[in-house]
Amino acid sequence: MSERVLMKGNEALAEAAIRAGCRHFFGYPITPQTELAAYMSKVMPKIGGTYLQAESEIAAVNMVLGAASAGVRAMTSSSSPGISLKTEGISYMAGSDLPAVIINVQRGGPGLGGIQPSQADYWQATKAPGHGDLHVLVFAPSSVQEMVDLVGHAFDKADEYRMPAMILADGMLGQMMEPVAIGEGSGGSNVEKPWAANGHKGGRKHNIVNSLYLQAADLERLVKERFERYAVIEEKEAMSESYMTEDAEYIVVAYGASARVAKAAVREARSQGIKAGLIRPITLWPFPKKAIKDAAENAKAFLCVEMSMGQMIDDVKLAIECSRPVEFFGRTGGIIPTPAEVLENIKKLAGGDK
Amino acid sequence: MAIVFQKPKALTDVPTHYCPGCTHGIIHRLVAECLDELGIEGKTVGVAPVGCAVMAYNYFGCDMIQAPHGRAPAIATGVKRSLPDNVVFTYQGDGDLAAIGTAETVHSATRGENITVIFVNNAIYGMTGGQMAPTSLPNQVTQTTPYGRDVKTAGYPVRVCEMLSTLDGTAYAERVSVDCVKNVMKAKKAIKKAFETQIAGKGFSIVEVVSACPTNWGLSPVEALDWLRANMLPYYPLGVYKDKTEEEAE
Amino acid sequence: MNDMNAVLAGFGGQGILFMGKVISYAGLIDGKEVSWLPSYGPEMRGGTANCSVCISADPICSPLVITPNVFVAMNGPSFDKFIDAVVPGGIVIIDSTLVDREVTRNDITVCKVPATELAEKNGLKGLANIILIGKLMEQTGFCTMETMQKTIEKIVPAKKQHLVPKNVEAIEIGMNYAG
Repeated sequence: MSERVLMKGNEALAEAAIRAGCRHFFGYPITPQTELAAYMSKVMPKIGGTYLQAESEIAAVNMVLGAASAGVRAMTSSSSPGISLKTEGISYMAGSDLPAVIINVQRGGPGLGGIQPSQADYWQATKAPGHGDLHVLVFAPSSVQEMVDLVGHAFDKADEYRMPAMILADGMLGQMMEPVAIGEGSGGSNVEKPWAANGHKGGRKHNIVNSLYLQAADLERLVKERFERYAVIEEKEAMSESYMTEDAEYIVVAYGASARVAKAAVREARSQGIKAGLIRPITLWPFPKKAIKDAAENAKAFLCVEMSMGQMIDDVKLAIECSRPVEFFGRTGGIIPTPAEVLENIKKLAGGDK
Repeated sequence: MAIVFQKPKALTDVPTHYCPGCTHGIIHRLVAECLDELGIEGKTVGVAPVGCAVMAYNYFGCDMIQAPHGRAPAIATGVKRSLPDNVVFTYQGDGDLAAIGTAETVHSATRGENITVIFVNNAIYGMTGGQMAPTSLPNQVTQTTPYGRDVKTAGYPVRVCEMLSTLDGTAYAERVSVDCVKNVMKAKKAIKKAFETQIAGKGFSIVEVVSACPTNWGLSPVEALDWLRANMLPYYPLGVYKDKTEEEAE
Repeated sequence: MNDMNAVLAGFGGQGILFMGKVISYAGLIDGKEVSWLPSYGPEMRGGTANCSVCISADPICSPLVITPNVFVAMNGPSFDKFIDAVVPGGIVIIDSTLVDREVTRNDITVCKVPATELAEKNGLKGLANIILIGKLMEQTGFCTMETMQKTIEKIVPAKKQHLVPKNVEAIEIGMNYAG
C-alpha cells in the first residue's frame, strides 16, 4: 500500500490519469476543475507528456479525438458549460469507436449557472452525452480515493470497449482534500489498437477513423453492433455500493457527493431505529439496475437524493419497475444538502412506521 | 514499355464522387504525388473535413481520420502531439476552415503547430448545395445570397493566407490555383514545400488552392475556370504570403 | 475530542486555507480520516475565505461542516457568519486583534487570542494562523506536539525548511497563551 497523502480531488484525478499512462491532456480553464489542468501543466512537461491549453473546449475535445485516433491514452476535463461544448466531440468519438476519458467536475446550471457543486448533468451524461444513438461509460466517484481508482478503471474500460468514458464528479469532490493512496497504476494500455491511425508504414491497408455512413443500412448495422457491445457492458460493468441494505425497509439512492451526505443520514436514521440503507451507484451508465431491483424485494420505499431537481430518480423507478414508491429530495443551484435534511426526508418516508 | 503517366500510389483505386469539372480531383492528385515523391505515405495521417472532401478518407492511401466540421486542425494537433515523427495534414474547404473552424485554424497556426493544411477555396458551400461561404465574393450570387453577397449585411470575404501570415507561428503560407497547367505545376511545388516545411519541423504550413465549383456556380467547367480567373484571382492574389522556411530554427 | 468538525474563517491572505491544511495533515499523520473543503470562487479573491476541516476515526461523510464543534475566526464578518452555527459545547478561537465582537452565548468555550499582535511582537509576521492552531491544540488536544512538528516539516516546502522553527515557535506561543 502506497503512502497516504492529502490531495485535492482535481489534482488526484490528474495524477491518477498520469499513472494510468495518459501522456496527452488537452484542457481549457473553467471553475471548479482548473486545478486539474494546472497540475497537468506542471507535470506533463517533466515526463515528456503533452499539456496543451486549447482555444476552446471544442478544440480540446477534438485534440483528444485526434490523440485517441493515433492510439494513445488521452484526456480532457471541464465543468458543466464546457461539457456542453464537448458533446460534439464525444458523439464523434462514440461514432468512431474511440477510447478516451472526459472529466466533468459539475457546477450548477443551466446556462452559465453557478460555480458551486451540482449533479444537474446526470441526464446529459447518461442520456444524451452527444447527438445520436450512443452511450458513454459514466463513473461517479464519491471520494478523492475513488476518483483516483476510477480514472485508471475508466481508461481500461474505454480501451476494452473502444468508447469514451466520463468521470462525473462535482465541485465538492474536485475542490476537497482527502487522504489518498495512489498506486503505480497500469501505466498504460495492454490493449492492442490495430485500428489506430498512426501510419500504415506500408505494412497494411490504410486505417480510417470515421463516423460517416451515408448508406442508412450500413449505419443501422453499425449502431446495432455497438448496442450489442453496450448490452454486454450493462451485463458486466455495473458497479454500486450497498450500505446497510440487507434488512433495509427504506432505501436511499444517491451517488457522488450527495451519497456522502446520504450515508451520514442513513447512519443517523439507524441509530434512531429506522431500518434505512443506502445504494450508491458508482457507474451511472451502465446503471446498477440489478442491485437496486434486488434491494426492492425487502424495501417499502425508496428515497432518491441528488444535487439537482431529480434526474437519476427516473432510472431508479425504471430499475424497480415502479414496484415501490420512490420519493425525491434534492438541492440544486450549487447547494449541498445537509445530513439533517436527508434524515428528515427518511423519517417522512418511514412515516407512520416509526 | 516506359510508363509516362500513372495514378499516384498514395491515391486508392476508388472512383471519386466529385462533380465534373471540380478541381478537388487535381488537388487530391497533387497531394498524393507529393506523398509519393517524399516517400511519406506510410507515416502520414490525413484529416478529412466536413464538406465536399468529407470522403477524402476513402481516396488517400495513408491513414485517415474524418473530423467534425471545422475541427480538422484540432484533430491534427492531437495526432501530431501524439506522433511527432509522423506527417499530419488536413484537407479542408472554405466553410470548414474559414467559418466554423476559424478558431481551430487560427490557433493551430499561431501555436506553430507542425502540421500542413491544404485549403481548398472555391467561394461556396458545395456539399450542402451552394450557399454563401466566408470566401464568397462581394455580389456573388449563391443559394443564400440570391441577390448577390451584400457586404453591408453579409460582410466581406475572409482572405485566409493574408490573415494567417500575420501570425508568428505560421512558417509557410502560399496561395495557388489549379486553373491551368502552369498553375497546377506551381501548386504542386507549393504543396511539396508545405510538407517539407513540416518534415523539417519549421511549424505551421498552409497552401490555399483557389478552386472552381462549376456545379454550384452554375457554369460549365471551362466557364468556371474563366470565372475563377476573372473574379477570384483579383480578390485572392496568388503568391507566397509567408515563408520562414529559410530561417534558422530558433 | 473524538470527531473534530471545524470551520476556519477570515480574510483571503490570512492563511485560512493553509491553517486547514496543517490541521488536516496532522490528522493524517496520526492515521485518522480527514477532509478539507475550501470555499471557492469569487470570494477567494480578496474577500472572505473559509474552509471546513473534519478529523475522525471513521470515514468522513459530508466534508461540508454546517454545525462546527470548532470554529476559528480571524475577522469580524466571519465571526458573525458562523458563531450561531457552533454546536453547544463547541470551542471558538478568535484572533482578538482583529475581532472585537463580544460573545453572548454561554454554552460554548471562547478563547480570545491576540494572534496577529503576538505574531508581530515575536517577529512571526504572517503566522497568526499558526498561533491559533497552537491554541486549538491546547484546547482540544487534537494532536500532540510531536505530530505537529512532523506536520510542519512535511507541509513546509523543501526550499523553505528554514521556516520550520518559526512555525513551531508560533505553535508554542499559541499553546502557552493564557487568555
